Order: sequence, then C-alpha cells, then structure tokens
Amino acid sequence: MNPKRRTRRRLAQFFEEAFWLTLMRLALLSVVIVLGWILATLLLKGLPAINWELISQPPQGGYYLGGKGGILNALLGSIYLAGGGTLLGLIFSLPVVFYLATYLHHQSRQAALIRLMLDVLWGIPSIVYGVFGFLIMLSLGLRASLLAGIITLAFLELPILIRGMDEFIRTTPEEVVQSSLAVGATPLETTLKVVSRQTLPGLITAVLLAFGRGIGDAASVLFTAGYTDHIPTSLFEPAASLPLAVFFQLGTPFPAVQQRAYASALVLTIIILFISLLGRWLVSHFNKFLLR
Amino acid sequence: MNVAAGWSKRVKSRAQTRKQRNRAAQRLFAGSAALIFLVFFAIVTMLVQCSLPLWQSVSPPQFITGRVWKPDQGLFGLLPFILGTFWTTGLGIAFALPLSLLSAVYLAEYARPLTRAVIKPVLDILAGIPSVIYGMWGVLVVVPAVQSIFAPSFSRAFPHAGLFQSGNPTGFSIISAGIVLALMIAPILIALMVEILLAVPLALREASMAVGASRWQTVKYVVLPKAASGLIAALILGTSRALGETMAVLMVVGNVATLPRSLFDPAYPIPALIANNYGEMMSIPLYDSAIMGAALFLLVIVLFFNILSSLVLRRMLK
Repeated sequence: MNPKRRTRRRLAQFFEEAFWLTLMRLALLSVVIVLGWILATLLLKGLPAINWELISQPPQGGYYLGGKGGILNALLGSIYLAGGGTLLGLIFSLPVVFYLATYLHHQSRQAALIRLMLDVLWGIPSIVYGVFGFLIMLSLGLRASLLAGIITLAFLELPILIRGMDEFIRTTPEEVVQSSLAVGATPLETTLKVVSRQTLPGLITAVLLAFGRGIGDAASVLFTAGYTDHIPTSLFEPAASLPLAVFFQLGTPFPAVQQRAYASALVLTIIILFISLLGRWLVSHFNKFLLR
Repeated sequence: MNVAAGWSKRVKSRAQTRKQRNRAAQRLFAGSAALIFLVFFAIVTMLVQCSLPLWQSVSPPQFITGRVWKPDQGLFGLLPFILGTFWTTGLGIAFALPLSLLSAVYLAEYARPLTRAVIKPVLDILAGIPSVIYGMWGVLVVVPAVQSIFAPSFSRAFPHAGLFQSGNPTGFSIISAGIVLALMIAPILIALMVEILLAVPLALREASMAVGASRWQTVKYVVLPKAASGLIAALILGTSRALGETMAVLMVVGNVATLPRSLFDPAYPIPALIANNYGEMMSIPLYDSAIMGAALFLLVIVLFFNILSSLVLRRMLK
C-alpha cells in the first residue's frame, strides 16, 4: 500500500471514530437530559403544591372541585394494596424459589421451563392482569375491593418476586449445597438451613422491586380495587391508590385539583426512590454475610 | 441391651420422619411450581372463554379487520385499535432504538467504569418510575410541544407529505404517545443492551484491535454482529413492553377510534380501549366479550414477542 493511501485511510478511520463517538455521546446525553427533565418537571410542579394537609387528610366535601382535604386515602390505599399484594405473592413464591434452588438441578429442563414461564408471565401487560383479576373477582363473587386489588397485584408481582430471588440464589456456590447434602442433610433441611440464609439479600431486592412495581401500577387496580374517598377499614371495601389519584386529579378541569395531581405524583415518586435506595443499601449491607 | 435397642429404633424413626418431611415439602414445592403454569393457563382460558359469545356473531378475521367499532349497533371492528397500538409502539421503538443502541454501545465499549457505575443505578431507578408519572410529563410537556411546535412546523415544512398533515387541533396524538413510550422503554433497553454487549468476550475485541482495527471498527465488525441476536431480542422485549403499556399512552394519545392517517392524528390503542370501557361495557350485549377478545388479541401478540425474546436472551446471557 502506498503511504499516501494509508494516510488517507487512517484519516477516514479517525473521522469515522470521532463521528460515531460524538453521536454516541449526544445520544446518551439526550437520554440523560430528558430523563432529568422529567424529574425536574415533577419537582417544579409538585413541590409548591405539596403540604402537610395534603398527605395527612382524606378528601373532604367538594375536594374534586378544589375543596379541602388531601390524598391520605390514596397514600394508605396504595400501601395496603402493594403491601398486601407483595405479602401474598411472597407466600406463594418462596416454595417455588426453593424448588428451583435445591430440588432441581441448575441446568435441568424442568427448571428452564419454569423460568421461561416466569419470564412470559413477567411480560404480560398489567392491563391483562387487571382483566384477569376482574374475572377472578367476579367468579369469587367479590366487588371492587381491597382484597380483589391485592389478589390481582399478587399475580402481577409473583414472577417478579420469584425471578428476583432466583437470580440471587443462583449465585450460591454449588459446593455449599453439595456439602450440606453430603453430610446427610435432606434437601429440605439444606433449603431451610443453608439456602434460605443465602436468600436474604435476594429476598429484600425482590420484595422491594415487587412492592415498587405494585405501588406504581394503575392499570391492574383500575377495575379491581376501585376508587374511594374513604380510608379502607376492611378487606372488602374499595381502596384508592396513588397512581389513580394522579390520573383522576389530572383529568379534572380545575387547576387547584391538578396541582394536587402533581403533588401526588411527587409523593409516589419519592416513595419509589426511597424504596429503591433502601433496597440498594440493604443489599450492600447484607451482601457481606453471603457465601460465594 | 434394652437401651441400645431403643436407641437404634429411635434413630431409624428420626431418619424416617426427616425423609417424610422432605418428601412432603418436595410435593408442596413442586405443587406451587405447577401453580405458575396454572396461572398462565387460567389467564388464557378465562380470556378465551369470556370472548366466546362474540365469536358467534363476529368471526375472528372479521373482528381483526373490521373498521367500525359501534358496540350499540353490534359492530365490533378492532382494526382502528390494532393500528393505534402498532403506530404508537412502532414510533416509540423508532425513537428509542437509535438512542438506546448508541448509548448502550458508548456505555459498554467507551465509558469509564465510573460512568457506567453511576448510570446503571440511575437507569434502574428510571425503569421503576410508574407509567402514570411518564404520562403526566407527557401531558405537561410533550402534548403542548407537539400542539404548538411540532405539528405546525412539520406540516409547513412538508406540505405534501400526508404523514405530517392532520386536522387534529390538540397535541394528543400518536407522536406524543411515541415520544412518551420511547422514554419509558429507553432505560430498560439501555440496561439490557449494555449487559448483552458486555457478554461479548473481551478476547474478540483484543483480537480485532491487535490486527489494527480502531475501536469503532471493532464495534462495527466484531461486537455488534456477535451481539446482534441478543440486541434484537432486547428490542423485541422493549416492543412487548410498549405494546401493553396502558396508562402513559392512554393519557397522551387522544383516544379517538378512527383509522390513523398521520403522525399527528389521535389514536386509540387496545390497552386504552380496555381501560376506558370497563365501566359501561356490562350494559351493552356482547360488549364485554368484545373487550375480552381485544385483550386476548393483545395477549397473544405480547406472548409471541415475549417467548421469542426470552428464548434468545437466555442463550445470549447465560
């Protein structure tokens, strides 16, 4: 190759590199900027509207025309719904996690099938879970209630919980399980006394992830939990939720009520940020007790 | 001697109880694993069963290709909603894909570990932000921007392109929904794509650079082809998320059941149809089973995409 052509080639190579690098930087920058913009809008609109009355009182008469009151009904309703859903989901997911961890071999066909099914369930849209929950609710003879919402959210959160814990438990060294089995422990004892200790950070991550998904999901509780201005006192009463509070208040033509939608959105985001950061902290705290 | 006999007997029975307990637990655990499959089949069968009454008056092909949706006259044509779903999703993907791919390549191949360590949790948190929040931002920022900036300037700049002409005076449109969807799936796409790119063996990059390729050439000729199937799977996963997204889209898309002709027209995706019509559907005959039919259609598409992407991703990442 003659030297001139080589130089030209190097130059082209250099410019190509610079071009794509700039483009990539711009892409990442624009994604970060827009996502920051979302948070900034949320803060700018939400902060002026937030006050103690808003988060400490349920709506009073004429609330949706700009009357007094707050969103305590939605705040508590959301926590009940997501908390109940996560708890119910956890009860049903732990046995599956243990089954995957000790009873099935890591690469077995059955385990792969279960994981595939969980991935598929994870991907089903929440509106479909909402429809499913609604049909279950009708067949159980329930009306839109806290219980129906909790059941629906439990279905929605089940794959998140199982996959979350499963991903963590899979990092358990095979030797630990094998040594436990080798000294004569049954798989059940291995599960309860050895594997379960390895589950803790995974359990925390999965529970917080599922709780965050549950508290933020509107489509699945839209028909199953209903909406009410009262704070639910039993499982058979309807319950309000924060995402729906944002949605309904934003839909009113009154600026004073829309302000409350911004504040509700901010409250919801703060809860989710808090959960996420708490999860990170707890995992880094508990990670050091794990065998690896 | 008596004592010894008693001891050995006790040992035996204890081992037996342990075995029995183990067996009982195994049965319980396997049963709950079977429950996962049961949930899936319950969802599918319930939707099929509830949509059955509809198929007696409208055949499935008619349902999917029908253009008119007038439940009170017994006309159930899903096509406007199907097109609404695909337009919004397609546009969302078209916006999100180049941004996410470029960002992911940067993060995986060029960025310092520190940058990556900062961006990753931020993306995780953003992926966890509820769709209502994205929808609210869409209503506050995107819709007014489309109404006052994008729609007029595009229709003036391309006066003969039907895609940019619309009689819709509001900003509630397909393009608003596309932008909001793109923002929602971008964090998921970037996180997944970075993971896939990092799974490409380092030795391949070293080999490429050793023969004189630049970094970008390595990316272009070695890393991207190697990761292609995984990247496509990630894209499919993002698509299926966008297809089923309800609240954020519902809030910005306008919800008008017509066949969309331009990017600035309103549309009515299937999830929005389901969410909006739950209240009154019981009063009109066949309405509820038509909604179930729509849900079933959505589920079938999403399932197809999901299974495809999970199968490919599993092979790539494990």
